[in-house]
Amino acid sequence: MRKTLALLVLGAGLVLAAGCGGDDEGGDAGGTTTAAAASCDKGSLDLVNAGQLTIGTDNPAFPPWFEGKGEFEPWDPTTEPTKKGYEQETAYAIAENLGFTDAEVKWTVVPFNQSFRPGPKKFDFDINQISYDPKRAEAVDFSDSYYDVEQAVVTLEGSKIADAASIADLKDAKLGAQIGTTSLEAINDRIQPSSEPSVYDTNNDAISALKAKQIDGIVVDFPTALYMAAVQLDNGKVVGRLSAQEAGEYFGVVLEKDSPLTECVNEAIQKIKDDGTLDGLEQKWLTGSAPVLG
Amino acid sequence: MADRQRAGSRVDGSRTSRILGGGGAGRSTLIAVVSTVAFFGLLILLVTSSPGWPQVKEQFFDWDIFKESLRAIAPKLLVNVKIFLIAEVFILAFGLAIAIFRSLPGPVFFPVRLSMVVYADFFRGVPTILVIYLFGFGVPALAISGVPRSEFFWGIVALVLVYSAYVSEVYRAGIESVHPSQEAAARSLGLSRTKAMRFVVLPQAVRRVIPPLLNDFIGLQKDTALVALIGPVEAFRQSQIEVAANFDYTPYFATALLFVAMTIPLARFTDWLIARERRKRR
Repeated sequence: MRKTLALLVLGAGLVLAAGCGGDDEGGDAGGTTTAAAASCDKGSLDLVNAGQLTIGTDNPAFPPWFEGKGEFEPWDPTTEPTKKGYEQETAYAIAENLGFTDAEVKWTVVPFNQSFRPGPKKFDFDINQISYDPKRAEAVDFSDSYYDVEQAVVTLEGSKIADAASIADLKDAKLGAQIGTTSLEAINDRIQPSSEPSVYDTNNDAISALKAKQIDGIVVDFPTALYMAAVQLDNGKVVGRLSAQEAGEYFGVVLEKDSPLTECVNEAIQKIKDDGTLDGLEQKWLTGSAPVLG
Repeated sequence: MADRQRAGSRVDGSRTSRILGGGGAGRSTLIAVVSTVAFFGLLILLVTSSPGWPQVKEQFFDWDIFKESLRAIAPKLLVNVKIFLIAEVFILAFGLAIAIFRSLPGPVFFPVRLSMVVYADFFRGVPTILVIYLFGFGVPALAISGVPRSEFFWGIVALVLVYSAYVSEVYRAGIESVHPSQEAAARSLGLSRTKAMRFVVLPQAVRRVIPPLLNDFIGLQKDTALVALIGPVEAFRQSQIEVAANFDYTPYFATALLFVAMTIPLARFTDWLIARERRKRR
């Protein structure tokens, strides 16, 4: 009895091994299909849901990038689109240039760390303040810039860095940033404070830590810094911006690796840059000033 | 608790290893080898022949990123070890205190027993992650003077509170497993209730619960990663940073290996203790 069983197991193994062997070379057949010079005609686009442009972002989506029904309110992407906020309006502008009506745009919730998960994506593109980085671009496609970003430092009035005028003044500060952001890299590479920065899952956690005086300041992108100081914090203050870097940092929309849609989105972004749409949106949503920290 | 222990000793007790199936003859070994090779061979084939494998391989098992991230993550594991060692000392003490208070007899001590029951129920019921958030961000925000603000401190406090509740139950089971005749005998020799507990009941109880205690500590070693939520950068957080920088999940795999490497010695030590206990009792 035992012998038969063992033989059966072995046999099954061999059969399956033979059966699977053939598939091995063809393993990546379904993976990447780069259509050379793909047509950006709406009908020929390879979409997650036919006839719809599915756009991802995180939930909740915060001003000034997205705005809910009320002023300064975050937007929940599972509810009715408000078409307010820099990224939301940019997304609709891109969609329009690709030939989609507003009704054909569908939103889906994609947390930041799901945007680069391997396997098929559930969005056509994801717009969520994601900075381009050559290493990141090995896993996903990035569009061209829809916003050139600067980092800034937020604190509370009266804190020990509230009056900092230069990066040197931040050396002794305990700073915090959101996980996975280039803000964290900015702390480590450019500010290089003496104490190790704290790292949080969300900007809201960083705000809690700032309020609890566990950290002296938060480093975030400049528009978010303005929103934090004005809305999310009582007595919040933007200490200043970190001077722009040589190789400028920018936000791009994220697409599946080698997506044929990437070129089309780039064309759309170029168009809304050329016709002044993006400048207008920037004036509308992302204005504010703060000194540059030398 | 006694059940857990008994199940443990049964596994280790049989003369031939359970893992190899027992029975003794070389033929069984052969069958075991063939079946193992076939089973794992099949599993590997199934995974590597799946259509998504090339991309998964690239994003989860990238050798260069593995080496690079391991260098960044390994030093941060010391933070986990530090949290674990500090917390463990307090957990052992608090857990025992709670268990003893809960075992106090007589109606006078009812409120004490009641508070210990409420404590254990509450902290075993609330997810650890919530306790860490509440203590990590909540208490320092009260801005009471003299109360530390360090997120490291509050992370350890939260772990101590939660694990003391678990550990107190382990101790209590140990105390209750000591036959009442032991205490009766001690009292009849003229020992006070306290002394009977200290010199007769506890030594037997603690020895019995060492394996399940170590089991809880294996859990604690892993839960040190939760402290990252309120700010400190430890191994898991460092791996998240590496993942986000590369958009590649290999650093998670590296961290998993580090944690396994950290917990395996304790797991084997527990097994060894159980086996030794078993030999002694025979």
